[in-house]
Amino acid sequence: MPKAFEPKIVAFFCNWCTYLAADLAGTSRIKYAPNARVVRVMCSGRVDPQFVLDAFAKGADGVLIGGCHPGDCHYQEGNYKAVRRFRLLQRLLKQMGIEEERVRLEWISAAEGDRVRVVMNDMVEKLKALGPLHEVKEQRAAAVEVA
Amino acid sequence: MPERDGTIRIGVYACHCGTNIAATVDVESLAAFAKSLPNVVVSRKYKYMCSDPGQELIRRDIQEHGLNRIVVASCSPHLHEHTFRTATKVGGLNPFYFHMVNIREQDSWVHANKAEATRKAMDLVRAAVRRVAFHEALEKGRVSIHPDVLVVGGGIAGIHAALTLANAGKHVYLVERDPSIGGHMAKFDKTFPTLDCAACILTPKMSAVKNHPNITLWTYSDVTAIEGYVGNFKVTVTRRPRYVNEDLCAGCLECLEACVYRQAKVPDDFNLGLSKRRPIYIPFPQAVPLVPVVDPETCIQFKSGKCRKTCIEACGERLAIDLQMEPKQEQIEVGTVILATGFQTVDARRVPYYGYGVYPNVYTALEVERLVNASGPTNGEVVLRDGRTPKTVGIVHCVGSRDENTNRWCSRVCCMYSLKLAHLIKEHTGAEIFNFYIDMRTPGKGFEEFYQKPLNERVHFIRGRVAEVTDWVLDPSEEGRLVIRVEDTLAGFVRRIPVDMVVLSTGLEPRADAQQVRRLFNITRSNEGFFLERHPKLAPVNTFTDGIFLAGCCQGPKDIPDTVAQAGAAAAEALALIDAGYIEMEPNTAHVIEEACSGCKTCIPMCPYHAISFLEEGKRAEIKPGTLQRLRHMCGRLPVGLYPAEPFR
Repeated sequence: MPKAFEPKIVAFFCNWCTYLAADLAGTSRIKYAPNARVVRVMCSGRVDPQFVLDAFAKGADGVLIGGCHPGDCHYQEGNYKAVRRFRLLQRLLKQMGIEEERVRLEWISAAEGDRVRVVMNDMVEKLKALGPLHEVKEQRAAAVEVA
Repeated sequence: MPERDGTIRIGVYACHCGTNIAATVDVESLAAFAKSLPNVVVSRKYKYMCSDPGQELIRRDIQEHGLNRIVVASCSPHLHEHTFRTATKVGGLNPFYFHMVNIREQDSWVHANKAEATRKAMDLVRAAVRRVAFHEALEKGRVSIHPDVLVVGGGIAGIHAALTLANAGKHVYLVERDPSIGGHMAKFDKTFPTLDCAACILTPKMSAVKNHPNITLWTYSDVTAIEGYVGNFKVTVTRRPRYVNEDLCAGCLECLEACVYRQAKVPDDFNLGLSKRRPIYIPFPQAVPLVPVVDPETCIQFKSGKCRKTCIEACGERLAIDLQMEPKQEQIEVGTVILATGFQTVDARRVPYYGYGVYPNVYTALEVERLVNASGPTNGEVVLRDGRTPKTVGIVHCVGSRDENTNRWCSRVCCMYSLKLAHLIKEHTGAEIFNFYIDMRTPGKGFEEFYQKPLNERVHFIRGRVAEVTDWVLDPSEEGRLVIRVEDTLAGFVRRIPVDMVVLSTGLEPRADAQQVRRLFNITRSNEGFFLERHPKLAPVNTFTDGIFLAGCCQGPKDIPDTVAQAGAAAAEALALIDAGYIEMEPNTAHVIEEACSGCKTCIPMCPYHAISFLEEGKRAEIKPGTLQRLRHMCGRLPVGLYPAEPFR
């Protein structure tokens, strides 16, 4: 019996909202799935699409980007930049055969500790349903070869 | 420096944090794992890394083992990054050769499975070891700090903060939205638990604000824009027209008497509509500044342009009344800001089963506060709207507090002010008084002792949340009265208690425009909507935006002593910044790599701070000096030549 699939998630959390929300989840002892590895960035606007592509290339099954709610950016408009890039990135990933659900942008304010739990658990659930990214890719590659 | 031969020598320190981390993460294997990573020379575990001996470990290892990079796996960098950067510096390294791994708030505290949590900690440490090798030495820049301070809100918090700063010789701009300073405290009659007369202790401070040479007081004004950063804020204050020139008015108030309205007809906001005022009015007799305001909504001149303008006649040669006055914008520069924007009481209509707004004899506590006040609408007589004196009064606690349907938090002051009102109503009327409470909460100096006072005065205390206030009569004795239906949870049965007057002890909540204020000042709100402090215990008056401090109920419900203490703390924090003379800026901001910059100018319009300019000479971009402060995020979509500095590259 193979071990149940545990998706690997790379999370980019902005320093001012989502990272603080994750800290708040900690101080509130809210429990959630341990699948994500958080990278602290100063702003979701700092998340270059290449970071996301790199994460997928190196074995991530999902990428989560967390920023401040629209209008709440510590740097005025970084999260708007993030959302614009995110939309383009989603299209690009789709063309590459990577499901939309594998990359997710969430607005989580510093007060929303519980939202971190909800999003993390939900993302793990969805990725479990999708299965591992690399396995899927390999299977598809194999299918292409057979054809 | 230790980087003798250019090799990277990393020290990794895993913290137990007592059992906070060690209970869920196997710190021992974590340290052993770290030792196996490339470039790691020393790997240790320690009970409390943030303690002096823990920091000493880092210092000693830097010197003994020639370390040139430090990784500490412990709590959130928001808590101790500064501590360990300092320890790294004390050891003789540039503090930015340090990197922190958060294995407490984002690992041991949020996961239950020890194997999973340990694996996560290992991954995070491995990533940190990889990245710390790329860290570069950075130097903190310094900027000067403007010594002036902006205080927003002229309640007791703002007044106290402004006076403290002004007494220390700093210039303060105090901006208040209402026509007078004083805030909620000016409405109160007595203050618990000493029964000090609120006006007697507040109004001297209000006059002191007005007369202080270091305070510029702008009432009837709003902060409409703020830009800049700690030490150097540029603020726009819009002063609404009060149609009476503050510099010319002598405060004789003859214009009020002269108004063509013989009878006051407009509901008076200060008395919560319990009395009437004229279109030209002062909010209350002790108002500061004592300058009338013309309300354009109700003034005949504004409505029809056909008033006899008897107020202007009465003012005579002073010419203080100017009905053509326009809003005025003031531009100021300040180094720090104290927000003391206060609270609002819960609208009692949100709890419909208590009948506020339906039955005239249901009052809010703030209304009763005005009734018992000697300068209030009834000159201190507690009378019902029909002029009768109540013989029985029911005080309902926790209206809009501790309630899933309205606000979940305890508003902290309602138990105490309810006790105070019970005592005062008893004193004024001799009525029989019932208090309906869930729990009596009297924590504070002299508070529990104060609770004895109404108990000794035979005020009834019934434990139970009131189900409803109704005029549905079951018994002739209830005729014409209000009936409070409540389960007496100590006696164990449901009671109907007929009363003449119901007082609703409404809770405290964030002001309706707290979100706009939050956005304007770029700070954060906590879940319930009050402004969020940087740390609930260790930085209770700081915000996440440097140079902006909080005082009073805008941060959470609190009583007057706590508000004043917090205002003093906020003033001290501002003073500490100002008196240092300069601020060290975080150096992890953007910089231009000159040899890589092609001069494409793409970055210039993308910067929300307009901080990048183009150097014709050399054809490259340049970050304007002194504008780096808030560029830390840097846009990911920038061309090759512009890079955010470590540690967020």
